[in-house]
Amino acid sequence: MSKQKKTMNLNFGPQHPAAHGVLRLILELDGEMVERADPHIGLLHRGTEKLIEHKTYTQAIPYFDRLDYVAPMNQEHAFALAVEKLVSIEVPLRAQYIRVIFCEIGRILSHILNITTQALDVGALTPALWGFEEREKLMVFYERVSGSRLHANYFRPGGVHIDLPVGLAEDIYKFCEDFPKVIDDLETLLTDNRIFKQRNVDIGIISKQEALDHGFSGVMLRGSGVPWDLRKSNPYECYNEFNFRIPVGKNGDCYDRYLCRIEEMRESILIMTQALKKIPKGPVMTQDTKIGPPKRNDMKMSMEALINHFKLYTEGYHVTQGEIYSAVEAPKGEFGVYLVADGSNKPYRCKIKAPGFAHLQAMNYMIKGHMLADVPAILGSMDIVFGEVDR
Amino acid sequence: MSTDYNNLKSLIENNKELKIDKIELMHDNLILFSSTDNLIYNINILKRDNNFKFRQLIDILGIDYPQKEKRFEVVYLFLSHEKNFRISLKINIDEHEIVPTLTNIFPSANWQEREVFDMFGIKFADHPDLRRILTDYEFEGYPLRKDFPLTGYKEVRYSAEYQKVIYEPVKLAQDYRDFDFESPWKGSEYIKKAQDKANES
Repeated sequence: MSKQKKTMNLNFGPQHPAAHGVLRLILELDGEMVERADPHIGLLHRGTEKLIEHKTYTQAIPYFDRLDYVAPMNQEHAFALAVEKLVSIEVPLRAQYIRVIFCEIGRILSHILNITTQALDVGALTPALWGFEEREKLMVFYERVSGSRLHANYFRPGGVHIDLPVGLAEDIYKFCEDFPKVIDDLETLLTDNRIFKQRNVDIGIISKQEALDHGFSGVMLRGSGVPWDLRKSNPYECYNEFNFRIPVGKNGDCYDRYLCRIEEMRESILIMTQALKKIPKGPVMTQDTKIGPPKRNDMKMSMEALINHFKLYTEGYHVTQGEIYSAVEAPKGEFGVYLVADGSNKPYRCKIKAPGFAHLQAMNYMIKGHMLADVPAILGSMDIVFGEVDR
Repeated sequence: MSTDYNNLKSLIENNKELKIDKIELMHDNLILFSSTDNLIYNINILKRDNNFKFRQLIDILGIDYPQKEKRFEVVYLFLSHEKNFRISLKINIDEHEIVPTLTNIFPSANWQEREVFDMFGIKFADHPDLRRILTDYEFEGYPLRKDFPLTGYKEVRYSAEYQKVIYEPVKLAQDYRDFDFESPWKGSEYIKKAQDKANES
């Protein structure tokens, strides 16, 4: 009699601490070996794209905070860039610098969360405690500039909402001086840690070609050795004014992706210090009154300014007809917005390209032949946030 | 940047193999229009040809124009790492047309096509696993079509009576207010309708 192979189906999630949110995975197991994984997503679907079609361009921005909620401003950035390209307006230089500083803060926010929770998934508790202390500081910067710790609504087409409050630039600079020490501390806990390496080295290997085929971007692509970063290849904003390097992995496994993220945080700190040193004075919102609101002072005296302000915040501005795809290098990869404008004050269609969607899609491919215990390790190294995957 | 894209545009125009109906370039967004039948053929050339090397499929999206005869547009976004170019390829289809799948050329097309199917009801031929992806398990309708209401048709709640989650038709405590600020002196559409009704009766 031939031996019959029997597989077992296991339901992982949607409520599981290692699922990083609301992922439901149907795993087909042969003993402890995973044969197939079928991710069921959409449990956090809020219909963002549909909602944006019914809001004006200004009202659409807060929805972007709620996509990848660990790095909100990076998403707003993609939308702001798309609108700016369609209406062809220039962003003042000071606003560009502020945007760069806060995008890099977002990158650090996201990478700290990812590295420490990845460590948590494989059994290390301390990094999470140390990392979250730093995230707290960064979120205070968010709060000081925009009024809220998470859902900032700070970047607007044409610039940023308001200028940095007094003293914030100095405090961020102080943080940049202290933070490399914290990265070193995190590294002493993890980089040479025997257990962390056993759980991550040679797990979830993905080659260059496979990464390209599966539509990977960001760290997932760089971890496999493709030197591709939109900040370098298509320098949007003023990224070409800064010196920074792109860390690239060799083996494309979970451990390389971890190392890439650590190095990227150091590079982000470099960019931030350069930006804070060079930041020019000037306006932070475009002077074009079709897009940018008038100054408070003008509104007290000028009737036209008052009317303009009222129209901007009720009707909103009209965006010329056209289609545009604009992408930014978000912490998780290429975050893009495909915007279709029909000349009215609302987007006709706004498709959001989330990096996590493509990464999670490859879950089945990457997990095949691994042990059950590797599922959280691979999932952790993919840096999935369901806000953006499910939209 | 725009000069680069002008070069790319002329490269594509001069390519004899490609079967492109129309090319549009605006704001560095190069859009190629193709027929559904030539879709796979064109994409294969764009992927392999040494001048292009569009080896990554970034995204697939649908756009709904209910007033047009061919209702849907499906847009494919490609990226070439080697040449640092992006391109959009567009096809026009009507409600009943079936689009060939790209899953054999780009594995990443799998979920992207599922999403387009889920949101617009556009079907893809020979797709290995064409299920809904983002909406609920027994969802009906295609949410991103323009004729689908923003509130949807069904709402879900836990019923203590039945001891389970149940679906009911949407009941709004207050009408959905869609302000039309474009012409404030005319008033919003739903107020106008109410007024018309009052005048009639």
